[in-house]
Formats: sequence, C-alpha cells, structure tokens
Amino acid sequence: MNTVLKINGKNIDVKFDSDEHLLHTLRNHGISEVKNGCEEGECGACMVLLDGKPVNSCQVFTATVHDSEITTVKGIGTLHEPSIIQEAYVEAGAVQCGFCTPGMVLASYALLRDNPNPTEDDIKRALSGNLCRCTGYVKIIEAVQLAAQKLQNT
Amino acid sequence: MKNYTVVGKSEKKIDSLSLATGESKFVDDFEMKKSLHCILVYSPHAFAEIIDIDDSEVRAIEGVVDVLSFKNTKQILHTTAGQGFPEPSPYDCIMFENIVRFVGDNVAMVVAETPKIAATATKKLKVDYKVLTPLFDAERAMDEGAPRLHGEERFAPIPVKYEPERNLAAEVEIAFGDLKQGEAESDYIFDHTYNAHYGSHCAIEPHSVKTYFDEMGRLVIISATQVPFHVRRIVSKVCEFPIAKIRIIKPRVGGGFGGKQEVFLDQMAATVTIKHKRPCRIVLSRSEVFQSSRTRHPIRVKLKMGVKKTGEMTFLEMDSLLNSGAYGSHALTVLSNCGAKVLPLFNKIKNLHFIGRSVYTNLPVGGAYRGYGATQGYLALNQHIDMICRKLNLDMPEYIKENHIKVGETSEVFKAIGEGTEGVTQYVNSCGLDQCIDYCIKEIDWYNKRDKKIINGDKVRGVGLCVSMQGSGIPLIDMASAHMKMNEDGSFNLNMGATDIGTGSDTILAQIAAEELSTTLDKMIVLSSDTDRTPFDVGAYASSTTYITGRAVKKCAAKIKEQIIQVARDIMDSGDNELIVDSAKVIDEKQNKSVTFSEVCYYSLYTHNQFQIQADASEIVKQSPPPFFASTAEVEIDTKTGDIKLLKYCSAVDCGQAINPQLAEGQIEGAVANGIAYALTEQYIFSDKGNLINKNFKNYKIPVAADMPEMKTKVVESHEKSGPFGAKSVGEIGINGPMPTIANAIFDAVGVRIFDAPFTPEKIYRAMKSANDE
Repeated sequence: MNTVLKINGKNIDVKFDSDEHLLHTLRNHGISEVKNGCEEGECGACMVLLDGKPVNSCQVFTATVHDSEITTVKGIGTLHEPSIIQEAYVEAGAVQCGFCTPGMVLASYALLRDNPNPTEDDIKRALSGNLCRCTGYVKIIEAVQLAAQKLQNT
Repeated sequence: MKNYTVVGKSEKKIDSLSLATGESKFVDDFEMKKSLHCILVYSPHAFAEIIDIDDSEVRAIEGVVDVLSFKNTKQILHTTAGQGFPEPSPYDCIMFENIVRFVGDNVAMVVAETPKIAATATKKLKVDYKVLTPLFDAERAMDEGAPRLHGEERFAPIPVKYEPERNLAAEVEIAFGDLKQGEAESDYIFDHTYNAHYGSHCAIEPHSVKTYFDEMGRLVIISATQVPFHVRRIVSKVCEFPIAKIRIIKPRVGGGFGGKQEVFLDQMAATVTIKHKRPCRIVLSRSEVFQSSRTRHPIRVKLKMGVKKTGEMTFLEMDSLLNSGAYGSHALTVLSNCGAKVLPLFNKIKNLHFIGRSVYTNLPVGGAYRGYGATQGYLALNQHIDMICRKLNLDMPEYIKENHIKVGETSEVFKAIGEGTEGVTQYVNSCGLDQCIDYCIKEIDWYNKRDKKIINGDKVRGVGLCVSMQGSGIPLIDMASAHMKMNEDGSFNLNMGATDIGTGSDTILAQIAAEELSTTLDKMIVLSSDTDRTPFDVGAYASSTTYITGRAVKKCAAKIKEQIIQVARDIMDSGDNELIVDSAKVIDEKQNKSVTFSEVCYYSLYTHNQFQIQADASEIVKQSPPPFFASTAEVEIDTKTGDIKLLKYCSAVDCGQAINPQLAEGQIEGAVANGIAYALTEQYIFSDKGNLINKNFKNYKIPVAADMPEMKTKVVESHEKSGPFGAKSVGEIGINGPMPTIANAIFDAVGVRIFDAPFTPEKIYRAMKSANDE
C-alpha cells in the first residue's frame, strides 16, 4: 500500500504492507530515531506523538494513520536546535545508553505541554509507559523537573 | 582532595545531546541496501538429538535464500563468553549442532530477502527430534545416572578442572586455617542456604548485528557489543576467516550489563555474508533475548559461619552451586567471584573454606551480568551478618565497621582466587566504607527505626543494611590502550578500544586526558571501538574501564604533554628553564613568555623539525582495587497479604575519586534499580518441560518510574593512589545491595527471613504464616 505520512511537519511518501505497524513503516523509511525495544507495546522506545498524543508506534497499524500528524523526537528539537527538554536531559545526566531517550523525551514533552507544573508523582505517572534500564529514573525525573522550571522561565 | 579542573566535575556526557535528539546511530539504524534478514529457529525441547532437518519447503518459498543448520555449517567448538584469550570458559558451543540442550537452543536460521519472509518461512521447517530426558535440577546434575549434556570432545582451553562426564563445568576451591578449630572456638554457628535466581539484563536495545563486505572485500561487522576485539577474534575462529579481513565497528550501544559481552550472533551474520557475499542483519526479538541470549546464573549458596560471644568471627564455610544452564559461559569466573569479591570483605576470619561448583542443566544459559557472582554471594553474607548482630545484640553498623577490611590490610582470598588461575596479592589502598555506612544509616534514620516495627493498621515497617565490595578490572590479564594525536587548534583525537555501551566511558576517559593535558573537555575528539582505527582494549566488563583504560589514557596524555613541552621549549628558546603547562598553554615564567597549544601544534606541523605530536600507551594492572558500597532500605509489609512496598532506598559508594560525579551517581542509581527489581519482581518462570513462560516485559516485571521508591545516592570520595587521578570502579557494585538490604528489612519488619529471592508477597505471606503456625 502507499500513502503520504505527515512526519515532523513534512509530507513523506511511504510504501507499506496492509498489516504493517507504524514503527516498521517509519524505520523502513529512514526515521531511525524511533527505536524498537520490544514490539509488545511495553517499553515505549518506539513512542511517537500521533496528533500530539503519545502512542507506541509498534501497536498502531500504518493504514490507520494517514490523516494524522506524526511527531518524533526530531520534531521536538534537533542536534543544532535542541529543545529545552532535550537540553534538560543532557544537563541532568538523564541520558546513559540513550536508547529509551527519544521515547522519554516525547513523553516528557506531552506531559509538560498539558501540565507545565507537574508534581513528582505526575512525572512518574507520565513516564510509566517508558522503560529505562540504565538510570533508575532518578535523573530522568530531575530532567523533567528542570525542563519544567526552564520552560516556565522562558 | 586534589585540585582538579576537569576531573571531579559533572561534565555533560559527550554523546548525550546526539542521543536525546535521535541523531546517534545504534546497529539497526545503519541503512544497508539489499540486506538479507535472518530469523532463528529454536528447539522446543529441553534436550534432544536432531535426527534430520528437512528444509525443502522453506527453500521453496520465494525470497528465502538459505537455511543454516548443522548440516551445512562448520562444526567448530568454541565459547561464546567474549573473554580474553585463552578463555576461562569451556569450549562447549557449536554455532548449529545436531544436539539441542535447552528450550530456545539454536536449531537453524532462515535467511531471506525480508524479515517477514524469513519469519513466515521458519514455520515450514521440518525437524525430526529424538527427545532425550532433560536435567533441570542443578543439585542432581552430578548424580550418577544423571543425563549428560556434553560429550568428551568438549574441553577447557586453560588448565582447570572440567569434567563434562559429570556435568561439571567448573570447580573452585580454596581453604586456609583450620575449620574444625574455628568451629570449636565458636559460641554460635549460623548455617543457612540461600538461592539467587535467574535474571535477564533487559538492555532496552535487543542484541543486534549487521555485516557486509566493504569495497576492499573486507568483512565489516557493526555490532552491539561490549567486546569488539573479542568479537573479531571469535568470529575469525568460528568462520575460519582471517582477522586481517575483519573489522568490527561498535556504534552507540543501547545498554549491555554483561549481556552484550556474549558473542553469539556475530558469527552467524558473518557466515551469511561470507557465503552469499551480501549484507546481513540479525536483530533479536524481546522473547529471544529473554530465552536464548544469556542470563544471570542462579547460584545456591550454603553459608556457615561461627562467632564467639564477643562477635569475633571464627570460621566461614561457603559452598556455592552455580547453575550454568546448557553451556558453560562464564561458569568458572562468575563462580570464582561469588567467593573472590565477597570473602575478602571480612578479612579477619582465620579459618575459611570456599568450594564452588558450576554444573550444566537443560535450562537457559548463564553469562556475564553486572555484579558477576558477587551479587549472589552478598545475598548470603549480609543476611548472616544481620543474624549475627541480632543474636549477639550487636550494633550492626558498628560491627561491620569493626570487622571489614581496612586500608593497609589484605586478605588471603585475593591471592587464592583469580580468573581461572591463582589470584594476586593486594593490599587495600583506599576505603571509604565507614563513610558510606554513616551516610546510609543517617538517611534512613536507622537508630529510630531498627527493631521498632512501626505499625500502621495491618502494615508494619522495617529497615535493613548491607555492605559490599567489588573490583576494578582483572589484574595481570586485562589490557587497555589509547592513542592520541594533536590538531592545529589545540584539540586532540583520542582513540581507544574502550567500549562505551551507555556508561559514559567516552566522556570520563576524555576528562582524564583533558586533566592530564591541562586543557578542556571540548578539545577532546573521542573515537572508541573500531578494530581498524582504535588500539586494543578488552572491552566493557569487570568494572575495568575507568581504572585500566583510564590509566592507559593518562599515560598516553602524559607522553603527549612531554612532546608539547619540547616543542614549546624550541619555540620560546627556553633552554633549561622550567616550563609549566596550564590552561592549554606552556609557560616559561623565567622569560615571562608563553605559547598556546595551538601555536605549539602549528609549529610542530609546519615550521621546524616538523612531526606529528602523537603517542600511544598500554596498561595492565597488578591489582584490582575494590570500590566499597553500603545501602539501607525501608520497607512496609502488609501483614494480611505479604504485600511489600519499598519506601526508600539509600546508597553510598566509595569509587575513589569520581571522575564525573553525576555519571558515577547514574551508575549507582541504575545498578540499584536493577537490583531492586531483581530482588522483588524479576524471575524466570519455567514450565515443567523447561520452557520459559514469561519471556516478555508484561510478565517479566522490570520497574517503570512509578515503581521506584525514594532514592538517595551519595558518592563518597576517597583517593586510590594506583588509579587515574585517584579513581576506582563504579559500574557493577550497586547491584549487590538490594537483595540483602531488602531481605534484612523484611526481617526487621515481620521477623521472617526469606532465603530465596525474589521476595514476592506470596513468599513473605507463606513465611509469616508458617512462623505463626509454629
């Protein structure tokens, strides 16, 4: 099948099988910042924002998303123009292996957009679709708190 | 405390922005055109002989290119352990063999044009098995008449005890003093059996490899590995392909924890590329990682200790039985470390016996896993210490302080146990364990909570304490090296075989180089782990990188500094004047002159007596200075249900001088989180046929953010004079804490001792019930 996906504001022509999940369609078309950690909808490494809502792209059929806006971590900020959230992850030491980080950053973005002043429990709940094995989450939570502070000061 | 400018600072991890913006590439992010894709076929039986494989229907499917099995691959005995050479693990693996030894063992691999075709095609493979009686109980493995897993052609490449005819994969024994006399002197004897269980590393990136031939006909392997140089050597052996024609590239790696030390996929992908002259990709699914990669070895530890009424420890006897699973990867060295990293901690014990055996069973295969045997050993030792203190009514923190190994002291255990050989005598140069204990008991409010059983309705609280030590690399065996060269702007290329798998080693090694050269971190351009472009390093294991590679980098940077000074002397015509290097400048105070590093490099490259300022250095070490660790925890137990809630976890580590305190904390927090889940929720559940039934994140529960207790972490600094700028290791030690700390806290709350991890509500409930029934 063919369709046009709106990814980070750009229209991209994609080819995919009818039973294909969005994760594979994205990765097959070079969108490699969307990671594959389990394909069971458990780890959150493949998270994208679908019309602003965080979803595990391994659980979404590509055929169902052609009208939606897809945002990956590169849609939040890039190496040359990073977002405050990404900078906060760096500053807080929240990135170890970094495989979960794109998903974590997207979950953090969605949280802070809806709740600019989250409590620690709000953060823990918002990130609970994302597994990290490196950090014990301490510095990830600190990163979100730091980002919240910085966003409020801008 | 020395006055450093780069070391000791929480510099930003140099790859972290690239990772946080999704730019960094992991193995599966490298695009390869016209790649073949492989899906493995695994044994459904715990033990069976393959009579025949019929792949005709598979090969008839359009898009299937090949089916690899024992019928068309070389039968080369090797070990997948990913260690130095010759390995201290038995040669008992063949890539595809006609015998399968656990549910999940390799049977065949379908190679196809797409992953989907390969996956569909695997269902058409016909395998005729002769099912054999499996062996599941490690305690029965050496019994006469027990099923025998491995034939007599298996061998250990180093001279150690290895008896496959008895399913004995390894044995370690040390003894000193006189146990009988120790027993006679004892007023109390504590004799209990503990069980540490299977665990999965759960790096979020699954095991991945891609292979291709470059334009010169050399085989390139992009591998998610902790040990690139060992991968090259092992692939060369198994594929009978020359080392000169193999290049290993380690890109960003999404966590390892020991799981990616194992070299088992690289040779399969290499075989496909060599045979078909096409790129090849293998990426495991999560369930494959759980079942068919490697695990933490379960160890049954019998520990017997005697004490006098005064608390003086009279003897210690440890008998460890390690379940190695179907193959003997790390069977000897994990077993050794169950003693070697644990028993020196209380070094005043004069009478000691340690016997360890590793046995084969028809279950998943053990391997390297953060903590590496010490985690299992400390489960036992720390509960014993708690029992001793309770029995003798001693203050546990003070008792530990009195008895643990101190600066200037040694233990006979260091000398007695090495990595398949004798160990190395060493004396402790630095020890901040007392400060670690003080921090943890203060943070948990120990003296107001211990033995207080604070009750709230059906719930009761308790606190626990544990201590541990680890090592910093393998003395006289591990080698690391570095190469540096200088550029015109005063920057330096730092090329190392050291393998950053998310630990931050690229950053801290660059900090060491920058400190030695009195320059800033941004002047370091790091390239790590490419077997063509970087010098040798054993890789990321044994808590070795900061200490050993750190020393190599420091030595290399010192050589560069010498060359810089020589050139500066020439430029400034300084004669015999003393020259000082500071802030990327060389200063001649006598002449009141200075030159910048940039000026030095321009001069050396273009002006006079031109040469490239460059150097290399290698290091091996004669000792493995232990980092020290303490932790405390507070738990709340529901006495009606056994439900356990971990409220707070406090950790402190003495890792010498922390090169980067934030990254050191991150290592501890991550290790502790992994340890907490291993203690409470992670477990392998097998069917009665030996099939792992919970091989997914839904049923093998690792924590999410909301599961974490309040965490307090402290880096207690000491100065290890043998370490680079005073550093020791930090990567593994934190994982030793949670099992015994939580077990001791459970006892403090409800008065029952859980000897077998994990400490599930069901086990706690049953233990409370049987205690009430008595």
